[in-house]
Amino acid sequence: MNLNYTAEELAFRDEVRAFLDNKLPADIAAKVKGFRRLSKEDHQRWQKILSAQGWYATHWPEEYGGVKWTPVQKHIWDEESCRYGVPRSVPFGVNMVAPVIIKFGNEEQKQKYLPRILSGEDWWCQGYSEPGAGSDLASLKTRAVREGDYYIVNGQKTWTTLGQHANMIFCLVRTNTEVKAQEGISFLLIDMNNPGITVRPIITLDGEHEVNEVFFEDVKVPVENLVGEEDKGWTYAKYLLTYERTGLAGIGLSKAALSHLKQLASRRLKNGKPLIEDAAFSQRIAQVEIDLMAAGISNLRIIASVEGGGMPGAESSMLKVRGTEIRQTINDLARRAIGPYAIPFVEEELDLNYDGEFLSDENAAPLAAQYFNNRKLSIFGGSNEIQKNIVSKMILGL
Amino acid sequence: MDFRLNEEQQMLQDTVARLVRGEYSFEKRLEYSESELGFSADFWKQLGELGLTAVPFPEELGGFGGSGVEVQSVMTELGRGLCIEPYLQSIVLGGGLISQAGNGQQHEQWLGGIASGEMRAAVGLQEPQSFYDLNDVETRAEKSGNGYVLNGRKAVVIGGHCADVLVVSARTSGDSRDANGISLFLISSDAEGLERRIYPTIDGTKGCDLFLNNVKLSSNALLGEEGKAAEVIEYQAGRAIAALCGEAVGAMEVACDLTLEYLKQRKQFGVPIGKFQVLQHRMVDMMSELEQARSMAILAASVADEPQSDERRRILAAAKNVIGRSGQFISEQGIQSHGGIGMTWEYNFAHYAKRLIMINHQLGDDDFHLERYAALLQ
Repeated sequence: MNLNYTAEELAFRDEVRAFLDNKLPADIAAKVKGFRRLSKEDHQRWQKILSAQGWYATHWPEEYGGVKWTPVQKHIWDEESCRYGVPRSVPFGVNMVAPVIIKFGNEEQKQKYLPRILSGEDWWCQGYSEPGAGSDLASLKTRAVREGDYYIVNGQKTWTTLGQHANMIFCLVRTNTEVKAQEGISFLLIDMNNPGITVRPIITLDGEHEVNEVFFEDVKVPVENLVGEEDKGWTYAKYLLTYERTGLAGIGLSKAALSHLKQLASRRLKNGKPLIEDAAFSQRIAQVEIDLMAAGISNLRIIASVEGGGMPGAESSMLKVRGTEIRQTINDLARRAIGPYAIPFVEEELDLNYDGEFLSDENAAPLAAQYFNNRKLSIFGGSNEIQKNIVSKMILGL
Repeated sequence: MDFRLNEEQQMLQDTVARLVRGEYSFEKRLEYSESELGFSADFWKQLGELGLTAVPFPEELGGFGGSGVEVQSVMTELGRGLCIEPYLQSIVLGGGLISQAGNGQQHEQWLGGIASGEMRAAVGLQEPQSFYDLNDVETRAEKSGNGYVLNGRKAVVIGGHCADVLVVSARTSGDSRDANGISLFLISSDAEGLERRIYPTIDGTKGCDLFLNNVKLSSNALLGEEGKAAEVIEYQAGRAIAALCGEAVGAMEVACDLTLEYLKQRKQFGVPIGKFQVLQHRMVDMMSELEQARSMAILAASVADEPQSDERRRILAAAKNVIGRSGQFISEQGIQSHGGIGMTWEYNFAHYAKRLIMINHQLGDDDFHLERYAALLQ
């Protein structure tokens, strides 16, 4: 047993740090660290820098422009990224549809889409959930009917994250209603500029526009946009979900949020002393830090086993549940730390260019909203209840 | 022993319930919230016309002479409707402080107007550094001639943006956090040197921070005895906690109803999701939390207008601790039971959740009251 990084891994970490020291734009890092929303332009600017470095596509084979990192290297990248305030890559293109295209797509699709994902020319979004198909995803109803060289698509997708920026959407559609639900689903790549597609914002409880509904009305999709075989989409969808699930534990993000919380608690006062010196509050922080330490090691154990050649299995479901609970606890504590100032919603202070006086703390404005927004962590990517079902079925045989 | 409301109290609660049902749809609330005033002037007027703003005031002011139970009945229904009118700020706290500490002239000047709803009060008792400790007062009131000059800042004054009169605490002697040396002052909203930074709140109302820059007050702006306000403030904050418990219980009732309804009607895997045991047990846990909160709200109401004692202090701290925790549990588990839909602006559940979480940030959260209770352990 040896829990230390090797000399090569340490050298890699130094390389990552040097890159981030030199290339990460300060304004973007400040937004990430201060929990401000990133614009489309911020994401694209950073993606270009990453792509130029050759570090954008960490899940792809080198022949398509990916970078060959070991699971430990990916982990080091993730840790350092979170520490430095690197924006999370919008995953729908690079980490979700691309692995599916690489594994199941044909050569033309690879040639067409992968370079455009690398260059940032395409912004992808995910067409999975529907109003009637959430946890029970296989019950989806969006129909695609083959007519000559086209599929005619009708239906509705929902919770489409950042769909307002996207020009491409990958969709699970029903191509066969005669068979079992899982067996009549296909995986389609759809250009959002097609006539018949309408994107409507869903505003969340914190007032943000992050998710959307996407409506399809007689949308003509060329048959060459089908990935793999017709009616086999569920297999591809599940493959994609394993990619989605790894990383949802958000260990690095929790570490960043925890360090933010400690700084905040050192600035806020209770009884004339920094809140972090308050016995009860410091114990709450200590407790979540301990839980995070354990989850961090669990994460490394999964990474080490993947390094040995395995696929992440149901263990990543347990980690998703624990990891999201931990992050929600940190968000809860940050909201508590600002006391009565959790109540005002000072929208102008969310702007990084805000140059007025801060109502309470420079980082207070997003905290309550973020607490509410991150209730989503235990809902998306397979709700925590669904993750527990996976564990009880796959690991425990119940 | 009888935990039911008596006939008069029940009629009072029914009156508020009818008014809220008739006037306060979710859609209208969003409109009120976005208006400049931040609530419905019309609904406020109706509360006044029905005598509901006068509930805790004596009969000669048109009131019921109501105690904690009556106030809580009103607040429960306002909580069910997620109403954003400043009842707690103006009637319970502002009116309460003036009633308890004020002299005849001050009663005459303010209480009639507050009780009828024609005037509104707001209270500035917290400061940027105070966290939830209302004795942590750094705003200074210096004697000057016949009056006082105030300098300092009061934090998160809900309803302060539209109040006619502000009741603020300031230190006339002693060090920060001393209970002795705190005084209360009545400041008219147009006082010179009074500035406000107005903001919306995350739970749909409006408030402000008050900046006091050499605000000159005459001696009759002093409310109560100089330097002796800590006890008055503590007592009235206790009444307000009992009122908030009512609001929280009302909001929790609706949050539980909405969740239960959703579990019955939302289908996944071919059945209503309420058929899944994990969600059944969670719903039962939510209802158990609501029952705990109800019990503590009743207890809090029963002592709200009793003379101060350690027993009253303990009960109010315990009640605020319980509703803080149950409100958070019901908000979080209710959102989780709904899934994504529970997080949308268009659906009312999220707004109940936001209010419940913010109730925990008013007058001390569950941690704060746990600590208070622990300090009073017998």
